[in-house]
Amino acid sequence: MCLAIPGRVEEITLDGDIRMGRVNFGGVVKRVCLDYVPEVEVGDYTIVHVGFAISKIDEQTAQQTLADFRAMGLLDAELAGEEKAFARAAQSPPSSCPDGSCTNP
Amino acid sequence: MKYLTEFRNGEIAQRMAQEIHARATRPWKIMEVCGGQTHSIIRNGIDQMLPAGVQMIHGPGCPVCVTPLKLIDQALAIAAQPGVIFCSFGDMLRVPGSQGDLFQVKGRGGDVRVVYSPLDAVDLAAKNPEKQVVFFGVGFETTAPANAMSVNLARRRGLKNFSLLVSHVLVPPAIEAILQAPGNQVQAFLLAGHVCSVMGYWQYPPLAEKYAVPMVVTGFEPLDLLDGIRRAVVQLEAGRHEVENAYSRVVTHHGNRAAQQLLAQVFEVTDRAWRGIGVIPQSGWRLNAAYRDFDAEQRFQIAGIHAHESPLCRSGDVLRGAIRPSECAAFGKQCTPRHPLGATMVSGEGACAAYYNYGRFISAEELAKTSVSS
Ligand code: SF4
Repeated sequence: MCLAIPGRVEEITLDGDIRMGRVNFGGVVKRVCLDYVPEVEVGDYTIVHVGFAISKIDEQTAQQTLADFRAMGLLDAELAGEEKAFARAAQSPPSSCPDGSCTNP
Repeated sequence: MKYLTEFRNGEIAQRMAQEIHARATRPWKIMEVCGGQTHSIIRNGIDQMLPAGVQMIHGPGCPVCVTPLKLIDQALAIAAQPGVIFCSFGDMLRVPGSQGDLFQVKGRGGDVRVVYSPLDAVDLAAKNPEKQVVFFGVGFETTAPANAMSVNLARRRGLKNFSLLVSHVLVPPAIEAILQAPGNQVQAFLLAGHVCSVMGYWQYPPLAEKYAVPMVVTGFEPLDLLDGIRRAVVQLEAGRHEVENAYSRVVTHHGNRAAQQLLAQVFEVTDRAWRGIGVIPQSGWRLNAAYRDFDAEQRFQIAGIHAHESPLCRSGDVLRGAIRPSECAAFGKQCTPRHPLGATMVSGEGACAAYYNYGRFISAEELAKTSVSS
């Protein structure tokens, strides 16, 4: 839950009075609030936690982190939509570890 | 070490580990505070790359683990009410309360939804004016800006049907509680990178100074962790106790000012009960008076919750770093991820679950030989 994932800002829009953006996380695109990173522009990379960009980073860092998180299997879990997250929970036995990483017999 | 070879920079990692071996002349105990870091360390076998005496102690930094049973029970009670849409992050779904979990509440007809962001919950409130939408907001400083924005936005949009069941916990008071605990063995800390990306690290020098412990702001990837450990060891060997930033590509000294401003507008510091540890004074945030009407605890007034914890469970000792999970007598026996007795086995980010999932069993004989706790 504490992980922040890097992504590339593809579009910035105003939704009422908040600054929203479409951010691409290695192929998965999500709507993200950009209010906390006023310096970020289209094409920039930022790290995003639960739908909020919290810090601008450079491209190389972003790509490396994405690759590492993907290798660790963290990317899918973080970016899963409601249905996927529920499916994951449905497959695991009651009171299993919530992130689905449990491989116990 | 089998996992680390999957990474493109396995070689650099080996070299960093070698440097740690060369530097360390004495045993040291270093705590990583964050549960995400615990998992990365165990999963990548980083603790096994270290010299025998340099030991990683796993800290209380898993928000799911430290959320009190009572709050889970409150969540279940609210989610079960008719007319409520209860929104949560996926990792809270299977966390067992005294009776069942959120998933089961949904199975019994409760409207429980997993959202990616608290803003999704605000949108749901706008679209469903006849329903009460509640967002379950737990987490450390990293998650707080998102929750703060959700209530702030709900107010700006005049939404009367949105509320937060909120229980934020804070890293610096937890570190101080660990350092003050009798028998504390932690000699250095890796600070959680993403918490610091929000808060900066200006809060830590007084702690490092007062308790004479080095602290290193550290990221989550294998190389980041090795670098954090390396820097901590270098400081320990030199008798220094400074706050260092090993994650400067993401973290600045002052952190995210815009986020900190909104946090100050929405939250106030409060005492918090940490599951397995107990109450730590001034260790959390709750909604302040100006935002109290968005507090789900006020709105729903759930009474009669009596939560019971297992007497076998030593997760408090695990969270404080006093024992390793495998030293708990129930570990892997009565207590497994499928039948967790305690907080640190419940969550995938918890130290007990990490040990279990990555097969860190230690036999009683081995334990006697390598015993680390006194
Ligand atoms: S192994 Fe289970 S019972 Fe033992 S401390 Fe961990 S969570 Fe508690």
